[in-house]
Amino acid sequence: MKEVTISELERRFQEKIDNDIKIEPKDWMPEEYRQTLIRQISQHAHSEIVGMLPEGNWITRAPNLRRKAVLLAKVQDEAGHGLYLYSAVETLGADREATIDDLHTGKAKYSSIFNYPTTSWADMGTIGWLVDGAAIMNQVPICRCSYGPYARAMVRVCKEESFHQRQGFEIISLLAQGTPEQKAMAQDSLNRFWWPSLMMFGPNDAESKHTAQSMKWKIKRSTNDELRQLFIDVTVPQAEMIGLTIPDKDLKFNEETGHYESGPINWDEFWEVVKGNGPCNKERVDARKKAKDEGAWVREAAMAYAEKRKERSAIRA
Amino acid sequence: MSNKEWPLWEVFIRSKQGLNHKHVGSLRASDAQMAVDNARDVYTRRSEGVSIWVVESNSVFASEPTDADSLFEPANSKAYRHPMFYDVPDGISHM
Ligand SMILES: [Fe+2]
Ligand SMILES: [Fe+2]
Repeated sequence: MKEVTISELERRFQEKIDNDIKIEPKDWMPEEYRQTLIRQISQHAHSEIVGMLPEGNWITRAPNLRRKAVLLAKVQDEAGHGLYLYSAVETLGADREATIDDLHTGKAKYSSIFNYPTTSWADMGTIGWLVDGAAIMNQVPICRCSYGPYARAMVRVCKEESFHQRQGFEIISLLAQGTPEQKAMAQDSLNRFWWPSLMMFGPNDAESKHTAQSMKWKIKRSTNDELRQLFIDVTVPQAEMIGLTIPDKDLKFNEETGHYESGPINWDEFWEVVKGNGPCNKERVDARKKAKDEGAWVREAAMAYAEKRKERSAIRA
Repeated sequence: MSNKEWPLWEVFIRSKQGLNHKHVGSLRASDAQMAVDNARDVYTRRSEGVSIWVVESNSVFASEPTDADSLFEPANSKAYRHPMFYDVPDGISHM
């Protein structure tokens, strides 16, 4: 085989991407592309897993058996999403347990939305409607991401998300049509989750330092602001339809552009939460650490059992 | 006590009778039975399968992308393997 220079490999790599040829695990890729994907996919995986906590909080208190079964199924789906994504990270040569340890030490982040508490049943509705809704907006373009395993994981995830959003919207719209107390509960939930949901799309494009390179590599297919606008445009009419008010006094529809214009986002709050100072950051990471530490003996016992059985069948053979 | 990480397994699902098992992803499990059980729980939640294969990932021997030219190029230059390469006179049917 003849020697090929790095710049030639990089040129061929970019050419593949430009021609929409997917990159697969064993293909040559620039180290920075690999590291960007490891960071992004593992943080995405952490978000799925940490995201189970605010909803898990309500499983035992769901108002009836159907709601309980649905919420349980939804939270189980999120565990599966985490699994698909951790598996995709492993195809890049990253150590799964090391990425999880990065979450526990605070080195790796996860979606800031999950650092807000779920204080009422209406929050189960709002999370499905807005948080899964925003996740869909974010994830659909990733189905066309240049890295094959990530794109395929996203296709699986997106197939499951629409159930998540619909079950949430059903909860919130029923509450909004209910008694004055139920409607107030729905509105209060929307008031608390609206702005953090908009922050889920990440900083404004001008502040987002990775966007340009990620777009060139087709890891990212739309910018944060484009996706946020899309989300606002589809969600505002849904809120109006069920009689809830978006908590933004500056919100107005621009007839000329056909888009909603919204008030300023409190980015100081966003960065505080990202830095670890949100209402539930510590609680969330502590819960994950506890799960790993207290589950250690189970993982060890299962492995010891498997090894013992293997030895026994080797002796018999 | 063992501190070893659970091995990685590749999961293949037959979506219905008559079709091949198809690779769908991977997972970690301490043994083959647990791998099948976990695959059932995550990869067939919405009736996606009727049969599951699991194979330990390190048992898969894969071709190298850098060998792709020498492996697959020869097929590209043999267009005569395709039926379109042949002239069938007008009036001939069922061929
Ligand atoms: Fe998810
Ligand atoms: Fe979801």
